[in-house]
Amino acid sequence: MKTVFLEFEQPIGELEGKIEDLRFVQEDSAVDISQEIERLQKKSQSLTKEIYAGLKSWQIAQVARHSQRPYTLDYIEALFTDFEELHGDRGFADDPAIVGGIARFGGRPVMVIGHQKGRDTKDRIYRNFGQARPEGYRKALRLMRLAEKFGLPIMTFIDTPGAYPGIGAEERGQSEAIGRNLFEMAALKTPIICTIIGEGGSGGALAIAVGDATLILQYSIYSVISPEGCAAILWKTSEKTSEAAEALGITAPRLKSLGLVDKIVPEPLGGAHRDPQTMAQNLKRALQEVLKQVDAFSLDELLARRYERLMGYGKFKETAAR
Amino acid sequence: MSWFKKLLPPRIKRDKNNSKGSVPEGLWVKCGSCEAVLYRSDLESNLHVCPKCSHHIRISARTRLDGFLDADGRFEIGSEIIPVDSLKFKDSRRYVDRLTEAANATGETDALVVIQGTLNGLPLVAAAFEFEFMGGSMGSVVGERFVRAVEAAIDQKYPFVCFLASGGARMQEGLLSLMQMAKTCAALTRLAQARLPFISVLTDPTMGGVSASFAMIGDVVIAEPNALIGFAGPRVIEQTVREVLPEGFQRSEFLLEKGAIDMIVDRRQMRDRIANILGQLTQVAETA
Repeated sequence: MKTVFLEFEQPIGELEGKIEDLRFVQEDSAVDISQEIERLQKKSQSLTKEIYAGLKSWQIAQVARHSQRPYTLDYIEALFTDFEELHGDRGFADDPAIVGGIARFGGRPVMVIGHQKGRDTKDRIYRNFGQARPEGYRKALRLMRLAEKFGLPIMTFIDTPGAYPGIGAEERGQSEAIGRNLFEMAALKTPIICTIIGEGGSGGALAIAVGDATLILQYSIYSVISPEGCAAILWKTSEKTSEAAEALGITAPRLKSLGLVDKIVPEPLGGAHRDPQTMAQNLKRALQEVLKQVDAFSLDELLARRYERLMGYGKFKETAAR
Repeated sequence: MSWFKKLLPPRIKRDKNNSKGSVPEGLWVKCGSCEAVLYRSDLESNLHVCPKCSHHIRISARTRLDGFLDADGRFEIGSEIIPVDSLKFKDSRRYVDRLTEAANATGETDALVVIQGTLNGLPLVAAAFEFEFMGGSMGSVVGERFVRAVEAAIDQKYPFVCFLASGGARMQEGLLSLMQMAKTCAALTRLAQARLPFISVLTDPTMGGVSASFAMIGDVVIAEPNALIGFAGPRVIEQTVREVLPEGFQRSEFLLEKGAIDMIVDRRQMRDRIANILGQLTQVAETA
């Protein structure tokens, strides 16, 4: 698959194009130009390093939304075995924007649930761009209860622009579906490990992201509102999207410093899509580590700890009682 | 235009900027819905419901709780918790300036007021959103006050009632505000474990992150008539689906029809209806 380069990556893209050309030439050339290729590859790497060292929040958002970024099903394929997808909310429909099922993680059965985006146009429409409807959240809750019943830990993968804002979604209770998940997940009697693998878009993301640990991939974002939406509301112009992204504090390091995520999973140079295998390995290691941590707690301890964690969210000042 | 209409004097022009907002100053008040000119004290004694058309005018959190709770034995919870600008957020204006302005306009320090009191003699904890404080948006202070309200209810084995009026999460607090959705819902799990009722009363408007957290989790979910209630705003939906939304979409009556809420209750009957519901849920003996 040919790498798609983002606007700010154009210099890297040009260099990679040149390397590609040289490789093509080398095949029917008598002169050995492999050294030249190697030199350019090194240059491309250092250029990528340089550009990625100074990414702005808005640029990171674009990496998080990259059309080639690994999605939930890619991680299920790479990290799990014996996956059995489970469909439907039993009340209305199956929502392809959220996938879930039982699978083995290092041999151990777990419940995996995640938003799913589409790869090509047809698939994107089928997955509704990863924007779930109430039945998606209800399916997720059904699977979580199933996990609770059989004592399976839950691993969720978050990657959505947000819950779908449509007529039918409202009619079927989008608010209730999201709120119900928040309520149930807060006290669900099994470990829940959440990973933001791409876009963590507002309530639609949170609806499967309440648990015992929150991991975030290095170039993922997690936000109360999209930078575009925020710019439109507060600045009244989409031109301020980059400023909004900065102000909202949506990047992994910023969220870590605010205590809103627990662990940042490093991505390969140039983002997860440049080397999905390495990304999968990094994520696997991180998940193993966190699973081991939550395993150390008894169920009561786990739930008490989860509650304390949730209660700890928020920054305010407490004055003397008035 | 018919000759008859020409003879009639033109109606008083409706003030577009104030069609549904707060009650303007002065002796006379115009209903934002039917445009009837009302005597202010009449309106107040009618709990800010238009006597002509029953339009429920938006009211402040304190007016709300004042009209809801019994006169005696009230005290406020969580007023010592005040907002901070942890992100140093600045759009066209600084968050701290918006906070100051909202405080000056409303007399509140944030968008949720919690008061413990009694309702027809039944002790309870009641909370109300102040919509005029940054659109009733939920940030860290709203979340923390909500939790303290729930904890007070659990400690004393009291029911909890919350009146909602909010545009959603407070963007100026970034992801911290999103986490308040999880925090408030988590607190309610403890209330539920203690088998204490939570009554959620949705008033105009209840949207976004507040709607999509504890609003619909009430043991009984009540709405005031014709309140706008939904997850996504009507404009966002219109832009997404590129359709004109049906009449009455996301209004209380629509939600009742779709099975999303238990009932619609007129503000003037709110006290009695909630007292009746709470009395039965907490198994208070029938009064003669």
